[in-house]
Amino acid sequence: MERLIRKGAEADIYLGEWFRKEAILKIRKPKPYRQSELDVEIRKKRTLHEASFLMDARKAGVSTPLIYFIDQNKAEIVMQYIKGVRLKEMISDRKMGNIDALCSEVGRCIARLHKNNIIHGDLTTSNFLVVKNRLVFIDFGLAFFSQRLEDMAVDLHLMKGVLQSAHIEVADEAFNKILEGYAEIAGMNMIKDLVRKIKEIERRGRYARVE
Amino acid sequence: MKNRLDKGIVCWGCESTAHTFSCSVLKSDGRILSDVKSIYTPPPGSGIHPREASRHHIEVAPKVVKQSLIQAGLNMKEVDAIAFSAGPGLGPCLRVGATVSRALALYYDKPLVPVNHAIGHIELAIMLTGAKDPVVLLVSGGHTMITAFSLGRWRVFGETLDLTVGQLLDQFGREIGFSSPSGQRIEELAKKSSKYISLPYTVKGNDVSFSGILTTAKKLFKEGKDLDSLCFSIQETAFAMLAEVTERALAFTEKKEVLLAGGVAANKRLQEMLMEVSNRHDAKFFVVPKEYSGDCGAQIAWTGLLAHSANISVDIEKSFVRQSWRLDKVDVKWRD
Repeated sequence: MERLIRKGAEADIYLGEWFRKEAILKIRKPKPYRQSELDVEIRKKRTLHEASFLMDARKAGVSTPLIYFIDQNKAEIVMQYIKGVRLKEMISDRKMGNIDALCSEVGRCIARLHKNNIIHGDLTTSNFLVVKNRLVFIDFGLAFFSQRLEDMAVDLHLMKGVLQSAHIEVADEAFNKILEGYAEIAGMNMIKDLVRKIKEIERRGRYARVE
Repeated sequence: MKNRLDKGIVCWGCESTAHTFSCSVLKSDGRILSDVKSIYTPPPGSGIHPREASRHHIEVAPKVVKQSLIQAGLNMKEVDAIAFSAGPGLGPCLRVGATVSRALALYYDKPLVPVNHAIGHIELAIMLTGAKDPVVLLVSGGHTMITAFSLGRWRVFGETLDLTVGQLLDQFGREIGFSSPSGQRIEELAKKSSKYISLPYTVKGNDVSFSGILTTAKKLFKEGKDLDSLCFSIQETAFAMLAEVTERALAFTEKKEVLLAGGVAANKRLQEMLMEVSNRHDAKFFVVPKEYSGDCGAQIAWTGLLAHSANISVDIEKSFVRQSWRLDKVDVKWRD
């Protein structure tokens, strides 16, 4: 029998079995507050995106859970159960020490995705699972393909925003490590362009003043 | 919050960031002794002209100031601090409130307390609803932000990348000949329809973008689409986006309270959606009372009182207004 293990913003996550293997059942349940047409469209689209981008990310060299089964109409995905801790908890429980190393790895993984024109769209610390010292990326529901610097910068800008809102005590250090890791894969020139673009995006924020 | 509020403190506050000029007197036990306002209304079909709005503020200021004291049954000598909205907002409007407040602070020799308008909305809403540690959705003409308090500041989890939801409603309203703010009239029209017309739904991570909705809705209106259905669909699309990002912040922070604040908080449909979001996550839902959802002196007086209790004040010669002053740049010393 499935057991609810997490109620995310978008989906309910159950732990169950798939052919006698532990598996995650992710269901994007209807949101009654949304117009049903809009709701169905969003849930179907994101389910399909999630499944295909989980595979694309894997091809790009980023670990993701294996997919066992999708039902687009029910907006359900059955996937591999990854027994890990979310980076979010690692940071807030101050299991520091290897946080730096993990953040560099986050940067490297993001760079690999971007190199393959995959924009994750939802880079938050709750979407990285840490298994031993390996990182697994999850939740690709908002992912899309793009070659634009702007979209890559928005991706990192979101990451920065999450660090500054939820992990302010380590935010600057962690984001620098992410950029360092990113640079290892994408090169210094790319990082310079990205940092400039991120500043530009920040300036667009309401009432923002960025030097 | 630490209980450092001296029981007897009285604060006078002045709000003048945009269309509203308002003065209020508030006591440290949270009693609002007066909240007098005068709102500049632009001609139908146009938005706020900063110069015209500031002219309005200058004209009404003496009367509003006086009335705020008469209603409170106090004179300025009995007030402990003078608070003003120092930003963010429209420069010419901000300067009226600041000038009035500086003059009063000088003449009566009272401490002058600068208040961030956005934090004013949130603090007043928290005081009036009794929320303790909420995820806040602040929605107005000037703001669309999801924020929560952590380590001395309000941290922004998500926000609009272009228009605020208030601007979306006002600018569409302008297109159909309403005068700003037009959220209430759009809400009334929306109630008459339940036909959903698809509009761009743009959520980027924790952020939202409304420009696509505005452009598409204006175009469809010109093409003769039914106005009631358009108003309905604008609300349904924009509010669903706000509900989604609020839900994301709620799931991420695992907080147990949601607070809806700002002028657009008065919208019943938005309240309904956020109530559902809160229920789904077993969070308590709070909404600022309608009479204090829009800009008002009370938000400035109350926050000024809190700031004053944390020994915050500014020298007259340094009391500049700041058109750009994000709430996440303010050190909130009165909150733990």
